[in-house]
Amino acid sequence: MKRQVPLALCFVFGIAMIFTRFSPHSVSQWIYEEVISWVLIIGPFALVLATVTLIQTHTTRIRRRTEHWQYSLVVFAGLTIMVVIGIRFGPQDSIFEWLYNNVQLPMDATMFSLLAFFIASAAYRAFRARTFEASLLLLTAVVVMMGNVPMGDFIWNTIMSWSPWADKVSEARQWILDNPNLSARRGIILGVSLGVISQSIRIILGIERSYLGGGD
Amino acid sequence: MDWNLIGIWIAAFLTLSIYSVLYQDNPFYRFAEHLFVGVSVGYGIVLSIYQGLIPFAWKPFEAAVTGESFIGFIKLIPICIGLLFFARLSPRHTWLIRYPIAILIGFGSGIAIPNVLRANIFEQTRGTIEPFADIYAGTLTGWGIFEAILMVVGVVCTLTYFFFSVEHRGPVKWLSKVGIAFLMIGFGSAFGNTVMGRVALLIQRVDFLLGDWLNIIS
Repeated sequence: MKRQVPLALCFVFGIAMIFTRFSPHSVSQWIYEEVISWVLIIGPFALVLATVTLIQTHTTRIRRRTEHWQYSLVVFAGLTIMVVIGIRFGPQDSIFEWLYNNVQLPMDATMFSLLAFFIASAAYRAFRARTFEASLLLLTAVVVMMGNVPMGDFIWNTIMSWSPWADKVSEARQWILDNPNLSARRGIILGVSLGVISQSIRIILGIERSYLGGGD
Repeated sequence: MDWNLIGIWIAAFLTLSIYSVLYQDNPFYRFAEHLFVGVSVGYGIVLSIYQGLIPFAWKPFEAAVTGESFIGFIKLIPICIGLLFFARLSPRHTWLIRYPIAILIGFGSGIAIPNVLRANIFEQTRGTIEPFADIYAGTLTGWGIFEAILMVVGVVCTLTYFFFSVEHRGPVKWLSKVGIAFLMIGFGSAFGNTVMGRVALLIQRVDFLLGDWLNIIS
């Protein structure tokens, strides 16, 4: 009951998704769409559970007065405001959109833009052309970055004005992306895909059971 | 009250608060960081309710209750299965969480097999060998033939590098070494594109601060 039923459910849903994908019959297509809608219903409950766990973690921090516990109140404030306004008025509401555009979106973009500084700092420390492979990585990264922006074009043309490769950085970038980069990516994609398929088969057949966790 | 102006000031304050971490960790950054967590989770909950639960569960169930379509009662099954996630909160009933997880895992595995086969294996293999049809038809130039051969060499060598069933000695070693070179080019391109993507975001934030907020640039 505790392990056999979940294994059976996993098998049934996995096999159903494989067979309905290959069968154009109307019943098969109805099952396919129904199962997708079931997953779209079940999924949000996992998010709600994750939120409950987040609330438990921050409540514990506040109760125990751990270091910086005051910021947990900020988490609750942000969460409560978005959920109350969003659920009460819907995501198309002007107040919800105002919060999204002026609070979440700027912070989202700023958080991701921070990575530019961290990457630059990490690259400065890590990018040493010590070996042939490291030099290749460095050279490719430089060409791709320069080919992406007008300033890069300008720098490249100034430095390489004496060579036949002047005015060619954008073309070089595109050639790298379309040929050696694409072949490496295809190799990785093919390898990863074979891994995904074999792992999926193992899960459906019940050979891989780690998702059930420990215990009975 | 000009809400647009207030929004710009709040966005500018939060942007500067986050950038302040570049100097050192400080209360402004911690405030913005925690607010970001709360707001993002709240936004995710609202979207999942309005794009998942309401159209796929609540509306069909409502239609079933009002007698429009009794098939909506079937939605009670996934709702009950979804509620089993909360068994996690009771130590005695934690094992019940395996039911919804097993369904989601089974669904994900089942849908992955045909999709990955089609999109990632058949299509990528086709894209790799398709130019050889043009070579056979005689429509490819010398440079195009070189690119087609380079593509196959790159894919085969990259796969050889990840092939651990044989020891990497002799020809296999050299093939895998060529594979490493292709991988380095791939990683370099990915790195370059990632950096430029982040720099574009940085430029957009600076543009916001100098343009929309301070009106220094138009």
